Amino acid sequence: MTVTDVTTDRVSHTLALTAEYRASTERVWQLWADPRQLERWWGPPTFPATVVDHRLEAGGRVTYVMTGPEGERFHGFWDVVAAEPPTGLEFTDGFADAEGAPSADLPTTRTRVEIADAGDGLTRMVIRSSFASTEAMDQLLGMGMLQGLREAVGQIDDVLLATADR
Amino acid sequence: MVVFESGEPAERTDRVFSALADPTRRDILRRAALGEHSVSDLARHYRMSFAAVQKHVAALERAGLITKRRRGREQLVSTDVATVSEARRHLEDLEALWRGRLDRFGETLASTPEEAP
Repeated sequence: MTVTDVTTDRVSHTLALTAEYRASTERVWQLWADPRQLERWWGPPTFPATVVDHRLEAGGRVTYVMTGPEGERFHGFWDVVAAEPPTGLEFTDGFADAEGAPSADLPTTRTRVEIADAGDGLTRMVIRSSFASTEAMDQLLGMGMLQGLREAVGQIDDVLLATADR
Repeated sequence: MVVFESGEPAERTDRVFSALADPTRRDILRRAALGEHSVSDLARHYRMSFAAVQKHVAALERAGLITKRRRGREQLVSTDVATVSEARRHLEDLEALWRGRLDRFGETLASTPEEAP
């Protein structure tokens, strides 16, 4: 089990995932820093990513193209906010048109990556992600509403299931 | 990659999440998911003015979370469950997306052994 924890951090207002890997901190960082290794895991198998530009430094940009099973192409980008090899990375991740202009129609996410030695040959990687363009989402998470929201919609779904059975 | 396949204008996502951020509006959604309610019916459940409840209903309608229909002099409100589920999907999609990435991250590490220094 790679992912060891998924949680909503009510202090930093984000969805946080923790994973542990049997590898060194530097090795884990390489999977972000080397475009050929990055493209092996960034896109799902049905939408493999090809990294085009890769400037992993504050103010830099990473661009990639994902190709779907029907040959459809999706252009994505990261605007790098901070890069501190081999332990930290922060970027805004969004989709763009074929010319690389950011799409106004799709939500962007803001992601912070923290990589640290966890002892015993393990490296812990924490991903904190939130919908950057959606202030309301931040508010929602900040107020500890994620759980409330899930419960609310969960209850609605339960009601619907119950009524469908009749 | 449902995050972008189910893409929709970010503005609308904003409206949905800000509408859901209020406990009274979530409660209205729950009630209206059980069946149609008139606004005056709904107003009876809350310690606030009819006008305040009407405002909450209007915010939910703008976000596409409820639909309204007129019956005589009454406005009947019901929850648009598709939109509610869509909002939940955004959160779950983000989590599913990262779980997939972190699993592949591990596979990539395992298949490319660390080079000896």
